[in-house]
Amino acid sequence: MLKLEGITWGVPGGEGIINGIDLSIDSGKLVVVTGPNGGGKTTLAKLIAGLERPDKGRIFMDGEDITDMSITDRARKGIAYAFQQPVRFKGLTVRDLLELAAKDKLADDELCRLLEKVGLCADEYIDREMNASLSGGESKRIEIATVLARNARLSIFDEPEAGIDLWSFSRLVETFQEIKKRHEGTLLIISHQERILSIADEIVVLADGKVRTSGAKEDILPKLLEGEKAVRCPLGKGGI
Amino acid sequence: MAEVDNLITQALLRLVSDYKGGDFKGAYNIREDGLCAARKSTENVQIDSKEDKPGLDIHVKAGTKGETVYIPACVTHGNIDDLVYNDFYIGENADVVIVAGCGVHTDDEEEARHNGIHRFFLEKGAHVVYREKHIGTGKGSGSKKIDPVTDIFLEEDASLEMDTLQLGGVDKTIRKTTAKLGARAKLIVRERILTDGEQEAKSDFDVVLEGEDSGVDLISRSVARGDSYQEFNSSIHGLNRCSGHSECDAILADNGRVFASPALEASDVDAALIHEAAIGKIAGEQILKLRTLGLTEEEAEEKIINGFLK
Repeated sequence: MLKLEGITWGVPGGEGIINGIDLSIDSGKLVVVTGPNGGGKTTLAKLIAGLERPDKGRIFMDGEDITDMSITDRARKGIAYAFQQPVRFKGLTVRDLLELAAKDKLADDELCRLLEKVGLCADEYIDREMNASLSGGESKRIEIATVLARNARLSIFDEPEAGIDLWSFSRLVETFQEIKKRHEGTLLIISHQERILSIADEIVVLADGKVRTSGAKEDILPKLLEGEKAVRCPLGKGGI
Repeated sequence: MAEVDNLITQALLRLVSDYKGGDFKGAYNIREDGLCAARKSTENVQIDSKEDKPGLDIHVKAGTKGETVYIPACVTHGNIDDLVYNDFYIGENADVVIVAGCGVHTDDEEEARHNGIHRFFLEKGAHVVYREKHIGTGKGSGSKKIDPVTDIFLEEDASLEMDTLQLGGVDKTIRKTTAKLGARAKLIVRERILTDGEQEAKSDFDVVLEGEDSGVDLISRSVARGDSYQEFNSSIHGLNRCSGHSECDAILADNGRVFASPALEASDVDAALIHEAAIGKIAGEQILKLRTLGLTEEEAEEKIINGFLK
């Protein structure tokens, strides 16, 4: 459903961050992108969601070239993106954001169902402002819930595990599995977490702005762990 | 409330004072173009005209709970410069809501102005929620001005929450609020202002924390659009062990301008005073986030501003 061809992107006037990426993601799959810090994972997510435009290359969704499409139009085509760093809003409540995401008014039980998927109890949160009074983990989970609320065809999560406690994280992993099992959409998850890697259909390893390796989880995951034991640097040069 | 048959007054009342037609529930006084259009006192709330100048003395009996007092004022046409002095005397341990909206309307080139001078005297342990909503309407080129003065006196353990809102149509406003707090008294002020076009809005706050363990929380959120100009001045004086917090957040759009000048003065080592101020355009990442939910840039800005001023 999503195809990237020869994508490059660099900081204006600076070095290249994405140095030629070809990638194809099939409908209904759970794909995990992993790799060392600074390897270009977040930039890749932003390029797909439209927050950045590639210097070169094309992006296709269902065969349609979306390279020049705005963030808004991509969102309306069915791309959802959970930011790595949640955005805070003075004045907008959790309910406001979830309703904007769902494009509809949501009854309390629907809000409850959505927040429960990220391990939050709706009663305590729906009328709270999405401001600095929420902890890092709380705002992160609400950010994830705004993407779940969209029921998007392609949902991108940028390090969903970051800052989340063990219990909420377990619930989140179950949520990803449910989406996959019920064929409710394609998932692209950027993660370093073994539990997320273990539920992937496919794993893409990104390093130095390139796809170092990719394939079925069964093929890639053992190599990742082997590499870790061998060189202490799971994805370092010469590791795999 | 058959007395109020001016349609402009009715429309203004709906905008500023939760008026839904029919009668207000509770005590009220409706001021229309400088005159009293309707009034009702209740067993616990006595409203009387002042004898020496225009305005009202409002007495709320000690221990009154759960009543709402409506004191809206409307100016329905140009060439009116309405000045009113309203004094609120709130008895010990009373707990009431006071709604004092103000609407000015002009369809011609003459100026319409309302200047309400409100004083609040809260006795020990009294609690008041004071809601003040200001609006200007009408197509006239005449300037619409509202210049409220609010003086607040809180005795021991008294508390007042002031919610003040001006969301459009007022060309010029100068809002002066002063407060003196006794021991353990609390003051919370939430101000929200939106200006557009050539409008000007100035707010001045001066709060004196006299009593031990008194506290103030002053939160101002504003949006300046078009070529409008806003000024925010606050000073909090901590004369005792006390806590004071003020926060001024302004969003700029178009050619809007904001001047913020917060001041703190402490003369006791245990006075804890904090000020936060921020002026700037809407954070880019907020717009990006809402666009990833499918909103256009304009829709995102609108949602962010509406939420901010809610």
